[in-house]
Amino acid sequence: MCLAVPHRIEKILDSRRVIARAGSLKVEARTDLIDSVNVGDVVLVHAGFIIEKCEEKEGQELEELWKEVLNIAGKRQS
Amino acid sequence: MQEKGNLRDKAELLQRALGFFAKEPMTFMEVCGTHTVAIYRSGLRSLLPKNISLVSGPGCPVCVTDQGEVDAAIKLAEKKGLIFATYGDMMRVPGTKGSLRNLRTQGADVRVVRSCDEALDLALKNPTKEVVFLGVGFETTAPSTAAIILEAEEKKVRNFSVLCFHKLVPPALRLLAESRELKVDGFLLPGHVTVVIGVKPYEFLPRDFNISCTIAGFEPLDIMEGLVELARQVHDKDPKVSLLYARAVRPEGNTRAKKFIRRVFDEADARWRGLGKIKNSGLRLKPEFACFDAITRFDLDIKEVPLPSGCKCGEVLMGKLRPEECPLFSIRCTPDDPVGPCMVSSEGNCAACYKYSYKVMR
Ligand code: SF4
Repeated sequence: MCLAVPHRIEKILDSRRVIARAGSLKVEARTDLIDSVNVGDVVLVHAGFIIEKCEEKEGQELEELWKEVLNIAGKRQS
Repeated sequence: MQEKGNLRDKAELLQRALGFFAKEPMTFMEVCGTHTVAIYRSGLRSLLPKNISLVSGPGCPVCVTDQGEVDAAIKLAEKKGLIFATYGDMMRVPGTKGSLRNLRTQGADVRVVRSCDEALDLALKNPTKEVVFLGVGFETTAPSTAAIILEAEEKKVRNFSVLCFHKLVPPALRLLAESRELKVDGFLLPGHVTVVIGVKPYEFLPRDFNISCTIAGFEPLDIMEGLVELARQVHDKDPKVSLLYARAVRPEGNTRAKKFIRRVFDEADARWRGLGKIKNSGLRLKPEFACFDAITRFDLDIKEVPLPSGCKCGEVLMGKLRPEECPLFSIRCTPDDPVGPCMVSSEGNCAACYKYSYKVMR
């Protein structure tokens, strides 16, 4: 329940609401808890509220790297 | 994207570093339920050197909601003419007599909302009904509840209130640190709670208890990096709070969100499932917002209720027992028919263990 998912802001609706997207999922999110947002910002959305702006994650790189960890560990164990 | 060779070097480095620093046995606790799930799902445990043990802590807000609190929620939701709004995670949590989901099948008006914003909307659209929102969650969730209470005040909404069971993480960590039975060398701290509260509230852990702390992200590799840093701190006898999740967490936290919490809530003692009453570990609405406080408004009595017989949620949440060591695990308690909330929430220790590892073990 404490999960916050990175979304990119697509549209500012009014002073309290934006449309944000994560993958194919679009959500309405509230902006009360942060000072300002712009279209294109990457933000963490938790329970319908933006709780922070964040840097874009190099998700693919982390995934590749994790595969390498599993690879190396596999070789050691065998 | 980086070169493949480069990635391999990084991966090899992490594995070697972990082996190098973990010369002696070390126990680390991941505090956040999202970390617990990521650890089970990625199979990370099987990659750790044998000197490193991982235990799960009380980091799922659904799991730590006390049985007495669940009973109070159910009692209130039974009231005729009242709409009870809750996050979906709370629907199946068993109280002494059934769950909110059972109640809904019996005709009570229980609605699942994704945000407390939707609960306030329900109140605006149903002016003749009382709408109560069940406020659960840690510091990550409390600021949004505060924002909605301020909006309800601004819009003079008179049929909306919050049953507030929000809890605070640092006081529970103090309880764990003070426990004589539990010997934890380091905490993998909850990343998204820290987005809000920042680094300072954890500084007592290395200072007063010699416990190492790392704030890490949620990818398996983030967690691995966090564990390397914890092992390094223990190896070098250098306990501190290291922030490795800087792409989302600012050291000072989210000052605006913290202001919302301070504006609306006071700290209060709270009961945690299986852990008992912890001083100043909960949030209660300030007296000036009493009209939005469902406890005052409906004169609720939150009773102390014993756990179902055999349930070991308390020990599991303190990291003293592994889920499969509870005598009810997979026999009387399963995700389809949970006895304790640790088996209900997808982030619960027992549910994660059941889903990702128990079937393999069998
Ligand atoms: S298996 Fe069920 S009863 Fe046992 S600790 Fe886990 S949730 Fe509680």
